[in-house]
Amino acid sequence: MSIYLDLFLSFFKISLFTVGGGYAMIPFIQSTVLSKGWISPELLINFIGIAESTPGPFAVNISTFIGYNLGGLLGVFCAISGLFIPPFLIIISIFYVGKKFSSNKIVKGVFIFLRPAVLALILSAFASVAYSTVIVSDGATTFFNWFGIILMVVTFIAMRFLKKIHPIVFLFASAGLGLIFYGFVL
Amino acid sequence: MSKNIKVKLKNLIILAFTFLKIGALTFGGGYAMISIIEREASAKRKWLTSEEMLDIVAIAESTPGPIALNSATFVGAKVAGFLGAFVASISVMLPPIVIITLISSLLTRYFDNPYVNWAFLGMRAGVAALILNAVINLGKFLKTEKRPAVYAVFFLCLVFGLLSVFHIISFDNIFIVLGTIVFGIIYTLFDSFFKKRKQKILPNKLDGSMTEDDREKK
Repeated sequence: MSIYLDLFLSFFKISLFTVGGGYAMIPFIQSTVLSKGWISPELLINFIGIAESTPGPFAVNISTFIGYNLGGLLGVFCAISGLFIPPFLIIISIFYVGKKFSSNKIVKGVFIFLRPAVLALILSAFASVAYSTVIVSDGATTFFNWFGIILMVVTFIAMRFLKKIHPIVFLFASAGLGLIFYGFVL
Repeated sequence: MSKNIKVKLKNLIILAFTFLKIGALTFGGGYAMISIIEREASAKRKWLTSEEMLDIVAIAESTPGPIALNSATFVGAKVAGFLGAFVASISVMLPPIVIITLISSLLTRYFDNPYVNWAFLGMRAGVAALILNAVINLGKFLKTEKRPAVYAVFFLCLVFGLLSVFHIISFDNIFIVLGTIVFGIIYTLFDSFFKKRKQKILPNKLDGSMTEDDREKK
């Protein structure tokens, strides 16, 4: 299968199963992109970081990243088309057919369980990102990143207590602290 | 007639500019974007009432796809039909596509630079914290949840999710969602069947046989 068709179909599938917005997409992107060997887990985390700290919907940003890295501009077009088509058709049909969809008894019933399922998947995505933070294997070297653990815990606590500050500020702060520590202290 | 077309065209242009602005200036997607869409589409332009906006959020949340994109599509459809939906959703995606494409083409050159690497290694910890923060925020509904089946689904999905991300068993995460949907449908049908049965002293035969058929199918 050509990479373009593969990109389109993969993002079509990811989009179709992403219920509940940006973060819910992370586990599906991980599962698809890593199993196909498209990019390394570390690069994917870098992309997540940049996608979170640039304007626009997270899903669009991360799809553009992966599309561009695999197939240039045509890759972006294929990934974005895949991302765009399923929800567009679904929303349009709900708009014309009737808005009773979200008040349907079975849809509501399914959502009672879909929410904890998606939550569990995002939590397992966190576990894998946390693992890549703690055990760093960049190329030939593998090391235990104790500074990463401290940075992760401190950033998390800061996010919980300083809710008024936008999360991007914390992302940039962690990048800055990383640069200072790994570059100049270590 | 021609006046009508003029009005439509004007609406489409306003839609395009509004959503280009939203796409270019909103950080964080999803819920951050919904509050901006509400301000622009409901408060400023009066395209929708606040109740309609709530409906849109409910539908955007309960249908597949990014919430920001879903809301844009719906608002566009509301303002100018199919074409409006298309214009609004393309407009909201266009600025981030351009920005990310530029960043990608620049950044890949610098990934070998050690300074860039160190910054990204630091950011990795930030990304982990951000995702955990999202889990805590999204998990608030569990505080008021009493149904044991919900917790059972959560823990079962967590186990399978962890097995998947650490490559202990290789399978697509999507099957976890599919399984949950099937379980949700069966649970809802059974739940309403037993509730009906409690209400009526005599069990309704027609209803009963239908539910059993459903169970066999699954």
